[in-house]
Amino acid sequence: MRVPILKQSQYVIASIQSALSDEELLQLRDDLARDVGKHRSRGVIIDVTVLDVMDSFAVRTLRAIAHMIRLRGAETVIVGIQPEVAFAMVQLGLTLEDITTALDLEEGLACLNRQGAAGARHVQ
Amino acid sequence: MTTDIRSHAAEAKHTRADATAALLRELVAHLRKNRTQLREEWARRITESKLLTAMTREEIFAEATSVYDNYVEVLETGSVEALQAYARNLSERIIPRGVETHEVLGIVLLLRDVLARSLFKKYQADFGLLNAVLDAYEPAANRIANTVAVGFVQERERIIRQQQEAIRELSTPVLQVRDRLLILPIIGVIDSLRARQLTEQLLRGIRANRAKVVVVDITGVPSVDATVANHLVQTVDASRLMGANVIVTGLSSEIAQTLVTIGVDLSKINAVGDLQGGIEEAERLLGYSVTMPEPKPSEVKA
Repeated sequence: MRVPILKQSQYVIASIQSALSDEELLQLRDDLARDVGKHRSRGVIIDVTVLDVMDSFAVRTLRAIAHMIRLRGAETVIVGIQPEVAFAMVQLGLTLEDITTALDLEEGLACLNRQGAAGARHVQ
Repeated sequence: MTTDIRSHAAEAKHTRADATAALLRELVAHLRKNRTQLREEWARRITESKLLTAMTREEIFAEATSVYDNYVEVLETGSVEALQAYARNLSERIIPRGVETHEVLGIVLLLRDVLARSLFKKYQADFGLLNAVLDAYEPAANRIANTVAVGFVQERERIIRQQQEAIRELSTPVLQVRDRLLILPIIGVIDSLRARQLTEQLLRGIRANRAKVVVVDITGVPSVDATVANHLVQTVDASRLMGANVIVTGLSSEIAQTLVTIGVDLSKINAVGDLQGGIEEAERLLGYSVTMPEPKPSEVKA
């Protein structure tokens, strides 16, 4: 299933609905890179609340998406990482160091708004 | 020829086993007959040796009676299952009263002694028979002592495990002090298992309270080594993935020195001197500002 990408004022929100295969992840990457340009968005939120497993490929792809979005002139926030997933990721050494993360969608939007208010387009 | 020898050996073994069984039966009958007297002798010896001081005389006598009956039954049937269950049950009852391992083992060995003496007395005329009786009695008695001691120690270990579990659960509270601000005071030694539980509890707390900042206070952690430091780093990383900032407080000068000496990478850790400082820093991050209320004019006059 394709991940639905919603436009919300200056941001686009990719809300993952089910576990994704590697192909679907790559599809998400391409879709986001395209939609950020199409909507002239300033921020991207990727909601991973439903994922109860994140393997190294998923984490690597998310990181690649974030880097790519940055090159397209927008910021990425990953929201909704579950406690178990966070713990497993840290154990595997997958810590998404330079990527902004937030608790949930609401927090993610607040986070982007703050960055917008500061007039900053770079990662802190 | 060979078969002949083998069958002979088997037969000899068989008759020996038969003889042992017969002797055990005789022995059990003897112990049953003298139950009252032997039991009293045993209870007297227990008091004399100052064992089971945590229990009253009546209690000792009551327990002695049931231990005695169980003992004789095991000698008779040779099955230790019932005794194992009884030993567990007994341990459950007497451990909370502060009965020690040496006391339990002591009373069982005393009973063994009392019974052996009564056998010596009964069979003293016939040395060969006495030897045969002891051959039957000793292994069974040893097995009983063994079973009781093992049962007692196992029960104790079970209680210790249970208590460890309880302490572990009690010792990692995740507390909310302000909206979106959590405190995790850690007290005691951190091992891998506890670090894991701690992290899991913290992450769950972050989600439940929608926390943005967490203050981890390690004033109560006596020592920090490379493993503990890595656990801390992992906790910080995992919290960050959940969108929460972590402030570590209470790193003593000794701990700071140790960490620098062993070369743990703490660049990711936001450390503040004490808990108060940590909470102030957290409030700053959350945009709170705490001010003293203006004193009322009446109070100023007073």
